[in-house]
Amino acid sequence: MAITAKFRTCPSTGLKVHDQAEKLIKANAVAAVVFLAVGGLFGLMVALTRWPAVHLLPADWFYLVLTAHGLDILLVWIIFFEMAVLYFASAILLNSRLAAPKAAWTAFGMMLIGAIMTNVAVLQGNSSVMFTSYVPMKAEPHFYLGLLLFAVGALIGCFVFFGTLVVAKNEKTYQGSIPLVTFGALTAAIIAVFTIASGAIILVPTLLWSLGIISHIDSLLYKTIWWAMGHSSQQINVSAHVAVWYCIIGMVLGARTLSEKVSRMAFLMYILFLQLASAHHMLVEPGISSEWKIFNTSYAMYLAVLGSMIHGMTIPGSIEAEQRAKGYTNGLFEWLRKAPWGNPAFAGMFLSLILFGFLGGISGVVMGTEQLNLIMHNTLYVPGHFHGTVAAGTTLAFMSITYLLIPLIFRREIMFKKLAQLQPYCFALGVAGISLFMMGAGTLGISRRHWDITFADSILSFEVPGTAFLMLGLNGIFAILAALGGLIYVIVVVGSVFFGRRIGDNEKVMDVPATAAVTQYGSAHTVSIPGTVVLVAVFFTAFVLYYFVNWKYLAEVWPLR
Amino acid sequence: MAITPPTVRIWWKEPIAKVELIWIVIAFIWGLVMFFMMIYWHGAGQQNLSNEAYKTTPEQYAAKANAVVEAHKVRDEAGYPVVHPPAGSDVYLIARLWQWWPILELEKGQTYRVHMSSMDWQHGFSLQPTNINISVHPGYDMVVTMTPDQAGEFGIVCNEFCGIGHHMMIGKIYVVE
Ligand code: HEM
Ligand SMILES: [Cu+2]
Ligand SMILES: [Cu+2]
Repeated sequence: MAITAKFRTCPSTGLKVHDQAEKLIKANAVAAVVFLAVGGLFGLMVALTRWPAVHLLPADWFYLVLTAHGLDILLVWIIFFEMAVLYFASAILLNSRLAAPKAAWTAFGMMLIGAIMTNVAVLQGNSSVMFTSYVPMKAEPHFYLGLLLFAVGALIGCFVFFGTLVVAKNEKTYQGSIPLVTFGALTAAIIAVFTIASGAIILVPTLLWSLGIISHIDSLLYKTIWWAMGHSSQQINVSAHVAVWYCIIGMVLGARTLSEKVSRMAFLMYILFLQLASAHHMLVEPGISSEWKIFNTSYAMYLAVLGSMIHGMTIPGSIEAEQRAKGYTNGLFEWLRKAPWGNPAFAGMFLSLILFGFLGGISGVVMGTEQLNLIMHNTLYVPGHFHGTVAAGTTLAFMSITYLLIPLIFRREIMFKKLAQLQPYCFALGVAGISLFMMGAGTLGISRRHWDITFADSILSFEVPGTAFLMLGLNGIFAILAALGGLIYVIVVVGSVFFGRRIGDNEKVMDVPATAAVTQYGSAHTVSIPGTVVLVAVFFTAFVLYYFVNWKYLAEVWPLR
Repeated sequence: MAITPPTVRIWWKEPIAKVELIWIVIAFIWGLVMFFMMIYWHGAGQQNLSNEAYKTTPEQYAAKANAVVEAHKVRDEAGYPVVHPPAGSDVYLIARLWQWWPILELEKGQTYRVHMSSMDWQHGFSLQPTNINISVHPGYDMVVTMTPDQAGEFGIVCNEFCGIGHHMMIGKIYVVE
């Protein structure tokens, strides 16, 4: 295989590109975008149904479409794209051949068949169980089978990634340590193995149960193991999109991280403090001890959060250091004002960083606090939080790097440049809105996954506060903006990939800046990043204030013990 | 650069910049603050979820709930019994497709041991507008000791998706002076 591997040399980066790796990246990325388009449309339909004045879908369709939205977008879009990121971060960045292209194609096939199978099950109508599929609510067997196929496919993909690292090391395709981006991807892949193992542990018995072979599955046990998968998979997303952030600032600006040691340690924390069984999803379940909850949500969670807080400083810090070295040294923020805001890869990356931290990050820590969860669990606050993390954070980061992958890997010029420039702003504004307004509605006690907040068809009645209607209306409006941002993305990607101008074999499409422009570490130069310090201080203040405001809210509810 | 191997080969010996170090220390201390806050609230706070729960079966649980309803029913409303249990007593709430049963009438400022369990799928106890949210499972009898401190009419929304009637699943608690 090593002998037959076909390579080309990328004229822009000088990297050697293995033909099979390139094809696999393309296939996975295209599949990802298709499911993003489908899943995004479902998301819009859900949001328009929750807008009381519109109330688009009937109840059965609402629950069906919501199940499909969660699956297609959280699982299928993100994981297909992550496969592309893994192959890119290993084979391409390390100048290596991909370890086992056949296995990688098998993985791709399994994931595709699995995703389609689960979608068919959902669309047939008897599997509207939400992507969490809590027992004893039962879906059709092929719902679980599809998920299992998809998961095993992804697992094979991870092993192809590990194999590629080994191949690259043995064939000495790079010098010294693996690049930071590859290190981040490695973190993601390691967590993925743990995740998928938990997934198999819970989905295999559930499949057997839905076939009637096993008679009973304990609902609490199911939930505990399910979230060992469900939560860790979010840690995969964080590792992957942080790696993507580093990749974008490297490729667009030539920025190197402030300190390799700190950044790598921060990635490592994601693995070490992967929350055991993901306690913060279990904070209001019966019979779980407070000690277990506190241990798992503090030791295990805060140190992973610490990892993210570190990246939250190093990434803007690296941008600032690089920009200052280029001469943008006026005042606190010239480096930021003069950043390449017209480049959608950079703009999307920076917006993703800000929204992830301010919306997704802070709310996640607050909600994951043992007692505070009581006033938030299963309200719309929860989807509000995770549209800050997976939609504004991961999805926007992946969208951003697509603008680099199209010229470098698909070798097509981006079409509709003006639209592409607008895209990250439109999507970011939309998802920031849905994130905030869902959190707002959740704070008012509005339930998630709920078709009718007027309870018109129930025997007993209950009236929710009027502001909740306003929140859901605003959510609907921003959902349209988010969907528009998603649509532009799909149009630009599909247009460029199929109809964009072909880029010649020796044509340079971007100047990936040379390294070593930044202040060297360990020498007399110390980095000076005052602007970043201000940004971080604002973030930290918001975090602390918001945290304590929620304790105040908690103190107002009925005493419980 | 982040996409190339580290320029300094022995990168793990590089010193860490002061700003980064300070931030790591601050963030770490903040983690400790949040950790101790949870413990502090167990002592000083009024709102802590109990750890008390028992294994049960739908039949056993329903029998207990029925006994309380028979003993303390005060009236009927929309086909539901309204139960006014004595202060301090054990109160049983049944969650099933798609109702919270029975309606409870509690006295303000009194403390009750409220049990919850499901007869079928998972449900979510979401007491509004005070906003208390607790998961309810089949086979587990969860006991929450609560002290209503406001009078009025409260709704119990189901906030765990439980099938096509999920949005119709509303219960009621009256708190009287
Ligand atoms: C066009 C953009 C999007 C819109 C308008 C949108 C809107 C919504 C709405 C309104 C809900 C339902 C909340 C509820 O009733 O419980 C929802 C749920 C959800 N969304 Fe999105 N969303 C979008 C994009 C995304 C993205 C990019 C992701 C992830 C990568 C995502 C992941 C999810 C998940 C996991 C759920 C939960 C489903 C469940 O409760 O089972 N969404 N979304
Ligand atoms: Cu229910
Ligand atoms: Cu329900």
